[in-house]
Amino acid sequence: MVSQNTQTESLFNRYAKTLRKDRWWLEPLLVGVGLFIFVMYSTVSAALLGNYWPYEIGPYVSPFFEPLFYTDILPKWVSPAIFILWAPLSFRMTCYYYRRAYYRSYFLSPPACAVQEPADSYSGESTVPLVVQNIHRFSMYGALIFVPILWNGAIRSFYWDGEIGIGIGSVLLLINAFLLSGYTFGCHSFRHLIGGGLNSFTGSKYQLFRKKIWNIVTVINSHHKYWAWSSLIVVGLSDLYVHMVASEWITDINTWNSFF
Amino acid sequence: MPLVDLKVWRGDDNGEYISYLVEYDEGEVILDVVHRLQSTDAQDLAVRWNCKAGKCGSCSAEVNGKPSLMCMQRMVNFTPGEEIIISPMKTFPLIKDLVTDVSWNYENARKVPAFSPKKVDTDGKHRMQQVDIERGQEFHQCIECYLCQDVCHVIRDHPENKDNFVGPRFFVQIASVNMHPLESASQKPSALYGFGLDYCNITKCCTEVCPAGIKITDNAIIPLKERLVDDKYDPVRWLGRIISKGKSGK
Ligand code: SF4
Ligand code: SF4
Ligand code: FES
Ligand code: FES
Repeated sequence: MVSQNTQTESLFNRYAKTLRKDRWWLEPLLVGVGLFIFVMYSTVSAALLGNYWPYEIGPYVSPFFEPLFYTDILPKWVSPAIFILWAPLSFRMTCYYYRRAYYRSYFLSPPACAVQEPADSYSGESTVPLVVQNIHRFSMYGALIFVPILWNGAIRSFYWDGEIGIGIGSVLLLINAFLLSGYTFGCHSFRHLIGGGLNSFTGSKYQLFRKKIWNIVTVINSHHKYWAWSSLIVVGLSDLYVHMVASEWITDINTWNSFF
Repeated sequence: MPLVDLKVWRGDDNGEYISYLVEYDEGEVILDVVHRLQSTDAQDLAVRWNCKAGKCGSCSAEVNGKPSLMCMQRMVNFTPGEEIIISPMKTFPLIKDLVTDVSWNYENARKVPAFSPKKVDTDGKHRMQQVDIERGQEFHQCIECYLCQDVCHVIRDHPENKDNFVGPRFFVQIASVNMHPLESASQKPSALYGFGLDYCNITKCCTEVCPAGIKITDNAIIPLKERLVDDKYDPVRWLGRIISKGKSGK
């Protein structure tokens, strides 16, 4: 066995940026690119092109615009999606999973575990502006309202021209409602509200019931990241799909033959 | 026997990495190889260990930059001739080689609230149901290896926060007390404030490195943050408090 001195310069003080040898940068990179694409797409599709790119066809309404209301009284350049988007936007922006995702990918705080954070000082969510993340409880209440609204849109999409039927669009909207429900009911704030705030579940039948629901929510919650991504991707795809069918770029395969 | 290139930190803060070629067997763990090194080329190498079974939490270090227990890193995952960098934990003051001074953790252990049980039942006994104690069992798995403290960027990259932040290991401790079915002080703000919960940005590195598999972020930190939200930021509870104040004022 030989022993040799290879490194004189002290790596210890800063650990360079990291001594990790694996591809630690891959996850924050993919997450950062994924979030960027979604934010760009939804801004263009829902906020900027709101009234210029049809979002409704036959029984289908893009989930970015569901429920449709006040569409007539708005000036043309104001997208009706503004009534809707604030809710999912604030819910997702303050979600514990998305916080982790963008703190790592965009704030590099830290970029990955045991990789040096570039910022010189850090106070986390203890000061303005990030203390605002605590509004997640507010936005969770808001998001709960949207679950039945999206289910309503999904169920409606199976009914057109007096006939019950099915099309690719209805299936997409159904999957979207399902994934959004999984995302919402797996929310950490919801988990707390259902039972996490209790210390004892045996005081009454009602508490025992809450414990049962809490157990289910805990299982959903343990996959929160996957619900977050799958619901994000499918809501984007559903919106794109409805736009494309409504613009007659593609034809929806369905049992009603035609929407026109 | 195949050889690996162990690059080990030697000395104090002014020390350096020194490379040693050391024999190993596929069935061994890093700690075995470090022990072989200690018995051959580096007999003055300082390293803490006790159980070699991932249970005592003594052999914490950083292997190729990742905070881990040296006794839980299998050599079969490395290739012959590979360079393996072994460093002491970065977050704590270095004493020598792989041994750090972790006493900051013991100071925090004194800061966090102790269990203060409710009154006993009329027959002089405390009673708990099985469903109520299950939740806390996870927290009791902690082996106090302090890898979660080491990896946490709040103090790893910003040591100035050490006075205001007790770290994930002690959030686990606070959770186990605060969520205990017999705890009497859960509702008191003093049970949750002043430990730096709001410094944590839930980036989950503590959970990633915990060798006991405790879901530190999901089951301890976030639920504690949510209990703080109950106290300060929940609109429905605000309303509830206003109404109950109004009623009691009548
Ligand atoms: S989740 Fe919080 S406590 Fe855990 S390592 Fe990250 S910042 Fe530290
Ligand atoms: S919580 Fe896990 S990582 Fe932290 S000290 Fe305990 S066992 Fe170690
Ligand atoms: S929606 Fe992700 S934590 Fe609430
Ligand atoms: S020697 Fe006990 S945990 Fe590694």
